[in-house]
Amino acid sequence: MNHALLFSVFIVASCGLAYELIAGALASYLLGDSVTQFSTVIGTYLFAMGIGSWLSRYLEQHLVARFIQVELLVGVIGGFSAAALFFVFAWSAGPFKLALYLAVFAIGVLVGLEIPLIMRILKRDLLFKDLVSQVLTFDYLGALAVSILFPVLLVPHLGLMRSGLLFGLLNVAVALWACWLFREQLPNARWLRMQGAISVLTLLAAFAAAGELTSLAEGHLYADEIVHAEDTPYQRIVLTRWKDDLRLYLNNNLQFSSRDEYRYHEALVHPGLATLPAARRVLVLGGGDGLALREILKYPQIESVTLVDLDPAMTRLFASAPPLRQLNHDALHSSRVRVVNADALQWLEENDDLFDFVVVDFPDPSNFAIGKLYSASFYRLLEKHLNGDALAVIQATSPLYARQSFWCIVTTIASVGLVATPYHALVPSFGEWGFVLAGRRAYRPPQSYAVDMRFLTAATTPLLFLFPKDMARVDAEVNRLNNQVLVRYFEQEWRQVIR
Amino acid sequence: MDRRDFLASVAAAGVASLAGCGDRPTPLPPGELLGASLDLGHLLREANFAPPGETRKVPVVIVGAGIGGLAAGWKLARSGFADFLIVELESEAGGNSRAGRNAVSAYPWGAHYLPLPTREATAVRELLAELGVLQGDPRATQPLYDERYLCATPQERLYRNGRWQEGLLPQTDAVERRQYRQFADLMEGFRRQRDEHGQRAFALPMALSSRAPELLALDQISMRDWLFAQGLDSPQLHWYVNYACRDDYGTGSAAVSAWAGIHYFACRDGEAQNASSDSVLTAPEGNAWLANGMLRSIRTHAGERLLPAALAFRVADADRQPHARRLAVDLWLPGEQRTLRLLTEQLIWAAPLFLIPHVFAGQQRLHAAARSYSYAPWLVANLMLSRLPDERAGAPPAWDNVLYGSAGLGYVVATHQQMRLRPGASVFTCYRTFDELTPQHGREALRDTPRDVWAEQILAELEQPHPGIRQLTTRLDVFRNGHAMARPVPGLISGAARQQFAVDGEHLRFAHADVSGFSLFEEAQYRGVLAAERTLRRLGVRFASSLA
Repeated sequence: MNHALLFSVFIVASCGLAYELIAGALASYLLGDSVTQFSTVIGTYLFAMGIGSWLSRYLEQHLVARFIQVELLVGVIGGFSAAALFFVFAWSAGPFKLALYLAVFAIGVLVGLEIPLIMRILKRDLLFKDLVSQVLTFDYLGALAVSILFPVLLVPHLGLMRSGLLFGLLNVAVALWACWLFREQLPNARWLRMQGAISVLTLLAAFAAAGELTSLAEGHLYADEIVHAEDTPYQRIVLTRWKDDLRLYLNNNLQFSSRDEYRYHEALVHPGLATLPAARRVLVLGGGDGLALREILKYPQIESVTLVDLDPAMTRLFASAPPLRQLNHDALHSSRVRVVNADALQWLEENDDLFDFVVVDFPDPSNFAIGKLYSASFYRLLEKHLNGDALAVIQATSPLYARQSFWCIVTTIASVGLVATPYHALVPSFGEWGFVLAGRRAYRPPQSYAVDMRFLTAATTPLLFLFPKDMARVDAEVNRLNNQVLVRYFEQEWRQVIR
Repeated sequence: MDRRDFLASVAAAGVASLAGCGDRPTPLPPGELLGASLDLGHLLREANFAPPGETRKVPVVIVGAGIGGLAAGWKLARSGFADFLIVELESEAGGNSRAGRNAVSAYPWGAHYLPLPTREATAVRELLAELGVLQGDPRATQPLYDERYLCATPQERLYRNGRWQEGLLPQTDAVERRQYRQFADLMEGFRRQRDEHGQRAFALPMALSSRAPELLALDQISMRDWLFAQGLDSPQLHWYVNYACRDDYGTGSAAVSAWAGIHYFACRDGEAQNASSDSVLTAPEGNAWLANGMLRSIRTHAGERLLPAALAFRVADADRQPHARRLAVDLWLPGEQRTLRLLTEQLIWAAPLFLIPHVFAGQQRLHAAARSYSYAPWLVANLMLSRLPDERAGAPPAWDNVLYGSAGLGYVVATHQQMRLRPGASVFTCYRTFDELTPQHGREALRDTPRDVWAEQILAELEQPHPGIRQLTTRLDVFRNGHAMARPVPGLISGAARQQFAVDGEHLRFAHADVSGFSLFEEAQYRGVLAAERTLRRLGVRFASSLA
């Protein structure tokens, strides 16, 4: 029995340190300034433990039952602390600090009670010098174990919320174990066991649902004020505003921020279109926000632009909401623009119109359905719609974060016999972003720009075509419908970025 | 399980799932029960047809416009020989490679893919090159294939324990994985193995395989027993091998010969410049694109040579002169209600061999040989869906979608090859064998079970991975084939009966996959081309061989 109790000291000590680490990490994650957060959290926690130890003297009878109750309380409060603090912060940042220190204090007091209680239970069977040496040894060993596991395994694999719940479960397990060990000395063992069972079930349920809980909480964390949200048959459209920054999210992926989208759209359209003074007919695939259109319509010689976007809700939203119409200069209402709501692949297959310039602005290749839009078959189809000297420009994800994905797109375009010219530009809200020009002849950047711009100049454009060492070309397979390697590259690379 | 138990279980499953729907059961979608021309075929048993009212002389007659007959006609036509006629019982050509079509897509009623052709499948490569799907040198080790026909990723997935996984091998623990690896190594060994004459142990076409006795000995035991003899007892591996045997042969691994079972895994060594070696060629209409391609080629080179809806009910010697022997092929034309006699010097029989005892007068040895074959019944259902159904967790929708441990073989998606970002309506083709019954009981179940029972069973099965699929199904047609394919049971491949159909006769040749013992496109096409080349040689017509 003594060994069992000493092992529970180990568990209890690990849990105690774990809650302290979780609270510290959560506070620095949410509030920043990790030095301050960690030192105040640790200070509060140790102080509270001292209070707990002092209070232990007032517990005189039924020590085992008290210990079990303390464990159950620590398990539930500690276990749910991370989840609860996330939610408090998500709802309102004001009371977060108060809630944080209250939680840290409460857990600290309870943890402070644990060791004195165990020592008093063990006192009946051990000499004082053995007692102190053994209990404290296991106490510090438990702390060491968690301090190593926490950054290496727990946070990367489970996250803060699940780690908290896991340690809560461990505390409750110690309680249930103690119930069993001391089953003969406990008058109300059944009642304690029931409390333990309920705690286990709640913690387990929360553990299972932690994924949804996190996204629920983060929804409140990161979204600025949501000014429009809509579920269409194709995607979830969310528009947020924070001060003068309008942001569009499709399926929770940022599409643009009004603060720097000009960089993206100028880089997307002008390096290609400015070299085509004879261009009259333009095709835009994707780009229902009308922002690429706005740039294209700056050229007076363009006679017609066909925009093919799958989702009528997108083009409707950007043709109707006043701040969005202001952003895209009412491009969707231009007499030169024709909007077609259709599947781009089907539309390309069923039409044989030719174009002088084509903008291919699809979402990133994050699944097999979208991966088809970056396949050799797609570029072969696209090529059939290019007039003799025409150019197409393709948004090609980030050459920095998804380097092999970017070069896979370049390789794939070249594999169908088109001249692929890659370039990149910095869009702060996205990071370093990549594009590829595709045509039948070698491309040369324009000598001058005739239209008004905020980002590009003729002198700096050639720089976009230089790739520094960390974005330089890497080998990649051709993306085909029957291998979809791009989706695999993309998944791998972004998974690393997100970590 | 006998037939009565089987029908009872089918009906019970149907009733149970109807009852399970609660108070408002969704009515079954409309549809038809289709089938190989059962009534017309069964006329053969009665054999009282009108005497021929018209006699026509045709130098070469091909009976059967499945892959074997079409391949024979294709080779004749491509060699500049046009004096032949292909006679077909059904109203259209294609045999097991026929297809249907609706507003959404074409869809298969049978065979639906062709693995990358092996190096020795020269005739298949030649055909693919003519159809423009194989680009460049047809004999290249790694030819380039038209991407539209290479099965788009993901090719296959498996539904098991409430979740979809990639690939068909059940993902499982280390012990099982060790057996998977051991099995894969054994198959790889067979794939590379050649005998002292340099022949592959398991070639495709199978006629080019080694005849070494130790390999043919594998034809004496079942695939299942062979696995156990290798110490392979993993239930998951056995499920997988059994699935493969059912999928290719309509027969489980306990009944299939180990030679045939290993052939499935070890014969394929096709490669491509632009695809991995386990890729397959497919089209929305299944293998009908290959059948139609050969028919088109025949029409281009030799004009219309197909006589559909004609039942060849009797083949006999026309006259007894020893040097100018001719055969009389009597055809019943149900549309015109009359009998037409074809007098021919050369007959290529490209219909299933089980018909021979009913058709060939006085050929007792052939009758006996044909009777040693047994045939697997099949059921194919096509579901028209107003949109793709909801998914359970796991791997994304694939072309071939298999449900672990189910009676069916899963389904293929006709719209999988479509270049669409958002597929709308679709067609699912479900396959079902009856390997849990004897073939005869399976045929009786097919004959006696109404469409609604099949429809209910199929929908109940698909509802597990796709809740709500019933509500999306606008039509569900069921196609029955009582004699879909020969069963390669132990003894068939190595036995004497099969050899009788493989020989080159003076006036008669057999050109059906049955001659190989199993129903594969490559085998049927090889038998057809071989029969055509032997016929041309006999007629003294010069040609370039597709098989050398």
